[in-house]
Amino acid sequence: MDLILEGIKKAFYLLFTFDPEVIGITFLSLKVSGIATLISLFIGISAGVTVALSRFIGKRIVVSLINTGMGLPPVVVGLFVTIFLWRNGPLGFLEILYTPTAMIIAQAIIATPIVTGITLAAIQQLPQKLQLQILALGATRLQMVWILIKEARLPLLAGVMAGFGGVISEVGASIMVGGNIKGYSRVLTTATVMETSRGNFDIAIALGIILLLLAYFINLILTQIQQRERPR
Amino acid sequence: MKKWNKSQVILSLIFGLFIMSGFVVPVQGVQKAIILATTTSTQDSGLLDVLIPIFEKKTGYFVKTIAVGSGQAMAMGQKGEADVLLVHSPAAEKKIVAEGYGINRRIIMHNDFIIVGPPGDSAKIKGIKLASEAFKKIASAQALFLSRSDKSGTHVKEMDIWKAAGIKPEGEKWYQQTGLGMGQILSVAAEKKGYTLADRGTYLALKKNLGFDILVEGDAILLNIYHVVEVNPSKWPKVNAGGGKAFADFMVSKETQEIIKTFGVDKFGSPLFFPDAGKKEEKLGK
Repeated sequence: MDLILEGIKKAFYLLFTFDPEVIGITFLSLKVSGIATLISLFIGISAGVTVALSRFIGKRIVVSLINTGMGLPPVVVGLFVTIFLWRNGPLGFLEILYTPTAMIIAQAIIATPIVTGITLAAIQQLPQKLQLQILALGATRLQMVWILIKEARLPLLAGVMAGFGGVISEVGASIMVGGNIKGYSRVLTTATVMETSRGNFDIAIALGIILLLLAYFINLILTQIQQRERPR
Repeated sequence: MKKWNKSQVILSLIFGLFIMSGFVVPVQGVQKAIILATTTSTQDSGLLDVLIPIFEKKTGYFVKTIAVGSGQAMAMGQKGEADVLLVHSPAAEKKIVAEGYGINRRIIMHNDFIIVGPPGDSAKIKGIKLASEAFKKIASAQALFLSRSDKSGTHVKEMDIWKAAGIKPEGEKWYQQTGLGMGQILSVAAEKKGYTLADRGTYLALKKNLGFDILVEGDAILLNIYHVVEVNPSKWPKVNAGGGKAFADFMVSKETQEIIKTFGVDKFGSPLFFPDAGKKEEKLGK
């Protein structure tokens, strides 16, 4: 119990003294996971809406694949991204292994199926007749998609939170493709793992608390957006 | 112009934060980057946190330290995915040098392995001189033993000792294969009251949390020697040979050796590593 109190004390100490290393690590976590989530939103919402609104043979198989992808194990993603990005691997010429860019790629791959799956479900649960109604009022197809997305805002924002929550808390892929390099690719989760193995449990707890606070504030903002009054 | 509503303001604030955070983390030049593949003990003990900033300041290179077990570090070297290795698994090092993947293998430092276990010491190994004798006793007492099982330098050493003891521990109930790093396995062993083989540096760095005793030490087989090996650029043209050599040269330099000599003394009361540059491996521990 003392250890946890010690950790909490340390967390506030590190935060309020603006410990440059901890601040750097926190911002990098936010940046990597934030950009990865933005990328996954772009791909995931487009893909989710496309699959939801089209009819084709084997749609159920595609949907089940997307739903499986929502549980994509981060270490498996990390392993494959590492192999592809090796100097002598297929994408080695990019020279981005052990960089924050590689972490963004891995995290975007993890978050995309989550966003896609939730988008798919969100669009599908809208009443079928809504589409017809919108089109009948003279909207173009693109306008219709936009209205549907706005209509499904609540579950879609839940998708954003799930995607962001999935990647900011993820450690397996980040440590494999980022390398946990001090001052460069060390994020909150990988730093927590390292400090734990160094036996610095107080710092590890402090980093954990900062991670929780960060996740909480991001979700608080997203919830504000999600729960505000719908414009009439 | 339409007035911004609350959510747009918040969203643009978040976006601004992302852009700003880009300036907090400086982007490093790629061609000056060196990939150093090393063992967990050099990172977990904190030694590299001291040495690498000095090296970077001196040479302008940017070191990407990838701390894995020695086994994985050497696999990275063999694939040309690292530029220089700092490892402690002599037999395997000699092998990759012989195969031409590694060049210029130089001795850096040593410390020693120790056998640690719970204070109760149910296998009664405390004070035994020979590590293999101690392992025999652990086996016959069927006392819990935790193994790294990750082809790290420590794991290779552990297997050597089992071999010397003439015991095949795999599959035995009291022998648990974890796949954890050095720091983690010490915590696990302390928690489960099991025995394990550890390097003294990591043990000393973690000692305050463990409540663990050194039971066996000083046997010649327990010597733990660290070498740098440069990755051969003629096998892998993409290797940053200049950077790898610069780091290896730095590790054997007089200044670095001096730092290694005193590293940890202020914190743990005794040094974690003993510098050995220029010495012959065979002469150590005698």
